Amino acid sequence: MTYEVPVAPGESADIEETTGSEREGWPLWEVFVRARRGISHVHIGSLHAADPESALQNARDVYTRRGEGVSVWVVPSEQVYAFEPEAAADYVEANEKVYRLATAYDIPDEVGQM
Amino acid sequence: MPPQDPDDRVSALLAHADDNLVLAQRLGEWIASAPELEIDIALGNIALDHLGVARALYTHAGDLQGEGRGEDDLALGREERDYLNLLLVEQPNGDFARTMVRQLFFDAYQTPLWEDLSASDAPVLAGIAAKAAKETAYHLQYSSSWVIRLGDGTEESHRRAQDAVGALWRFTSELTEDDRASYRDEWERLVGAVLGEAKLEVPEDPYQRTGGRHGYHTEHLGYLLAEMQWMQRSYPEMKW
Repeated sequence: MTYEVPVAPGESADIEETTGSEREGWPLWEVFVRARRGISHVHIGSLHAADPESALQNARDVYTRRGEGVSVWVVPSEQVYAFEPEAAADYVEANEKVYRLATAYDIPDEVGQM
Repeated sequence: MPPQDPDDRVSALLAHADDNLVLAQRLGEWIASAPELEIDIALGNIALDHLGVARALYTHAGDLQGEGRGEDDLALGREERDYLNLLLVEQPNGDFARTMVRQLFFDAYQTPLWEDLSASDAPVLAGIAAKAAKETAYHLQYSSSWVIRLGDGTEESHRRAQDAVGALWRFTSELTEDDRASYRDEWERLVGAVLGEAKLEVPEDPYQRTGGRHGYHTEHLGYLLAEMQWMQRSYPEMKW
């Protein structure tokens, strides 16, 4: 960004100022941690890193310092595809089709807890 | 193996504790000003590992000494001349490359150190060393990967990493002098492999500075201690 500042005759005083927001940072990564064997990896957060190796290293430092997991995945955030929030209704609602829900069925007492 | 004379054993513990305390203080200076948030957290984690080792060693040294001095007394209540840390760890952070090269040199020294001491027949020291060995393995992985990334990176990162090697090399022979000479081969192997992959060159200048283990320090330690000890000296025996 260039600012006009008052200058004495004959002087040039264009001040170029770079703000933090113009700086190119590291790419974003999504972090998935599996808490223990036999269960799925769960999204735990995101972080910045320059490459896959340092992304794993950062994940270790940022998310798994307290024994949270046995396995860590990192995925470039730009490789994650998602539908637009406005489309959510089309994708994720049961659309009043109650038979899609387990609660729509009567469970005989003999079955007990499901 | 720790020396058998009780005073020597205490001095040896204090020396290792001072190394870890001073480096923890240096790494802590990065907090809130590291190049990236993730590096900030990583350096904080590494600093806390070093601080934890220092605390355990000070406590153990105080017990052996038997004069009722606790970890705070030993960490914060001594004069500059009493500190026995290596000159390397008191060197200023400089840029991130300087900090990572310093860390690599120190990690490559502590790797054989903790392996050796974890086989000690002094059970408390062996326990502290075994825990520290695991942490050092991670520190070494972190510092190695960064030195390689910077050294074999851009023109600027290579220049900064090479400057760091040049500036800190003079403090490396002290790492493995005297009773630590048996760690030299492992140190050279670890550091040599990383510098080779990082395309960094070892300076030819044979000049080396030593003296830290005898309390003769570079001009930087006094400032570090002044900042670190200020609270305890202004408010003696304060507790958080």
